[in-house]
Amino acid sequence: MEMSLTLAACVLILVSGVPGLFSRRRSAWGQMTATVLVLAGSLIGLTGSFAVLVTRHVFLASLPGIWPGAPFQLKMDSLSAFFSVLIFLMAAVGSIYGHGYWRQREHSTTGQKLRLHYGVMLAAMVVVTLADDALAFLLAWEVMALTSFFLIATEDGQPECRQAAWVYFVATHLSTLALFAMFALMHEASGKFLLSAIPVTTGAGLKMAIFLLALLGFGLKAGMMPLHFWLPSAHANAPSHISALLSGVLLKVGIYGLLRVLTLMPDPPAAWGVLILTLGAISAVLGVAFALGQHDIKRLLAFHSVENVGIILMGLGVAMIGIAVHHPVWVILGIAGCLLHVWNHGLFKSLLFLSAGSIVRSTGTRNIDSLGGLARRMPWTAGLFMLGAIAICGLPPLNGFISELLVYLGLLRPAAGHGSGSWVAVASGAVVLAMVGALAVACFVKVLGGVFLGSGRSTAATEASEAPLSMRGAMAVLAGLCVAIGVAPVVVLVPLESAATVWMGNEAAGSQLAVLFPWTMLTAISMGLAVTILIAVTVWQIIVRADASPRRATWACGYTKSNARMQYTASSFVQILLELLRWVLRPITHGAGPKQLFAESVDRHTDVPDFITDRMASKYWQIFKQRLIPLRRIQQGSVQEYLLYMLLAVFIMLALLIPFGQISAHLLGR
Amino acid sequence: MHWLIDTPLVLVMLLNLFMLGVSRMRSLIYSAAVQGVVLSLLPLLLEKQIGAMIIVVAVVTVAIKGVLIPQMLHKALLDVQIKREVEPLIGFLPTMLMGALGTALSIAFAAYLPMTQAGSSTLIIPASFSTMLTGFLLLTTRYKAITQVIGYLILENGIYIFGVLLLTAVPFLVEMGILLDLYVGIFVVSIILNHITKAFSSLDTRRLTALKE
Repeated sequence: MEMSLTLAACVLILVSGVPGLFSRRRSAWGQMTATVLVLAGSLIGLTGSFAVLVTRHVFLASLPGIWPGAPFQLKMDSLSAFFSVLIFLMAAVGSIYGHGYWRQREHSTTGQKLRLHYGVMLAAMVVVTLADDALAFLLAWEVMALTSFFLIATEDGQPECRQAAWVYFVATHLSTLALFAMFALMHEASGKFLLSAIPVTTGAGLKMAIFLLALLGFGLKAGMMPLHFWLPSAHANAPSHISALLSGVLLKVGIYGLLRVLTLMPDPPAAWGVLILTLGAISAVLGVAFALGQHDIKRLLAFHSVENVGIILMGLGVAMIGIAVHHPVWVILGIAGCLLHVWNHGLFKSLLFLSAGSIVRSTGTRNIDSLGGLARRMPWTAGLFMLGAIAICGLPPLNGFISELLVYLGLLRPAAGHGSGSWVAVASGAVVLAMVGALAVACFVKVLGGVFLGSGRSTAATEASEAPLSMRGAMAVLAGLCVAIGVAPVVVLVPLESAATVWMGNEAAGSQLAVLFPWTMLTAISMGLAVTILIAVTVWQIIVRADASPRRATWACGYTKSNARMQYTASSFVQILLELLRWVLRPITHGAGPKQLFAESVDRHTDVPDFITDRMASKYWQIFKQRLIPLRRIQQGSVQEYLLYMLLAVFIMLALLIPFGQISAHLLGR
Repeated sequence: MHWLIDTPLVLVMLLNLFMLGVSRMRSLIYSAAVQGVVLSLLPLLLEKQIGAMIIVVAVVTVAIKGVLIPQMLHKALLDVQIKREVEPLIGFLPTMLMGALGTALSIAFAAYLPMTQAGSSTLIIPASFSTMLTGFLLLTTRYKAITQVIGYLILENGIYIFGVLLLTAVPFLVEMGILLDLYVGIFVVSIILNHITKAFSSLDTRRLTALKE
């Protein structure tokens, strides 16, 4: 039943974009039907997925006839359902948001293809979470990768956008290649293409190879450092509700793949956990550090995705270490933190991307330094963005705090007396996490201050208008969920316990989650805090209203003729942090400072280029290209010649079949 | 009953040589069509009992290979108004000789192939190989885009003959799938042909090297 609901939802979402293809370019009904279909599909899918999470049933299905000669096995358990809930939710939210953000009337050339790929991609992602054999998984994975490529390339008229899409294309192919190899090795170990447990007798080398390939394949998709290189420009250049989908959901599908494959591995060595934890810590720290240096608001948010994937991986790392050294408590706290952060990051990061989209839509720029003062013009967007920012910084009483707290507790357990010897070092992860949190706060103070406070730095910013109702509504839903999970964390206990139990494969251990974490106390504290904040805000509003003193521009500092350029900029705000992190960020300064007093014009700005794409790839690519020049001789562009190569290859392969020994014996014998 | 199958196969091989030697584009198209029709009737001769499925497949194949594709190519030929002659890289006679040598070699080679089941005719595999070789020869030695298309068509004919061997093992569904691919492929190519002539004012595939990076 639940499985059928989910599959029906998949079909509805899959075809959502199709009717619109037959509508006229500028008519709105195509978008309307797409939204209705996606909404209906999401509701059905959410019902099915939640039912699985609550009942903990496992459903199997095989779809014959989709592929000749091979089964198409699907399996739905709580772990799949945990991720499909997120996918269905974001499908609905993104679709509603798209109504205001990507109106068919305003984007008549791209709207239809966008909605077509949107539906197909969402359905493919759900199938990825359901897939139970290698073929189904890879098929869905490829469909997901291709459609997301088209979604990133929605505005393919812009060279930047094409560039971003190509980089993503390369990354996603690399990922699929690794997964092909991984499934081949898994077949080698288990003898089946089903996603079945790998026998305990499998050699350590083979297991290690499978693990590393999984880490490469899924890590690329999840945006783990240093495999994140496709992520910032892809997120920045896609339409905002697509960025939200990429960051909120697509990265999580990578995490899902990693989690699923890890459930199949018997006796994982502690080294795996340490590797995941380390990579997670690196992603978290560098992600937030690079985010600090960005001027493009969506690029900045994209680097925060890297940071949050890092936090998710840190949770997973603790859990893996726990499995290896037989400390179930570490496992539970780690995996619960990991899973809950998957949901939470999906919620607040999508909220942030959607609010960023609302800003981009009304001002036409993503550059933080040409915005400002938007809180007055777009109060809803400002409020919702602030909510998302508080959540992402892991501050109470919002949802980010709950999942980060779980990860913290997991990291601190090894040091809390139960730990044996050297595992105390794991607790240093908590220090890293604290640093990441602090840097994230700094980063979002920069964004909030630069974008929403002060006065507008460009006419676009001073003339911005609030987003339409559909966009605000979509954002409000996400914000509401952020608040709900933050204020009453008890609500996620059931799904979390259910999914964590499946991951651990241990019923008794899973049920301990309710005991290990102060759910009810935390709920009480959070609610108290929320009420206090509400009261404080109301009181402050009353005081501000009653205040009759004259209003001046921010940073006017008593000058009579202050202007927007006198403001403290977002870049200058983080300048000191950038200097501290210079060793890793290596910012580049363009232009010289003022040479004399009262200089006429000064042009100076700093950039923080990404270390993979902008530094290493561009350098090594040139060398690589130089080396390949001799091969150009065989690539002349002539079709005939290429066919000749194929013919030669066929001949060589056929010649291998000829039993030369037999022939010569035959001839000589006669 | 061997002669019943061998006769069309010999005809197919003769058509191969003819196509390598022919200089008029239209003759080339029609020979390919005749070859397609002969081949699509092959399953009818080969099967012991003839079911409805086989008849349907044969009819569809005849319609596509014998009527639709030649018509499309003919129309393309008229549309793009190219010189009606085949432009060879290697002369007609040498390619014909190469084709003949290839046919002889395939007959010799087929005897050594490790086949699981002996077919009802000894000519099936040689005919298959020589047809594929002919397709490849056309593809590599002719310059016009239309002859390229015919080359692919003949290549597919060769694969089809091989498929006849596996009639019982491979469902016709797969065969139909291949046929559909071929049809769509040629449909697309005949559209592309028009674009190539527009962009390069010629159908000479040598000019396509300009597209190289």
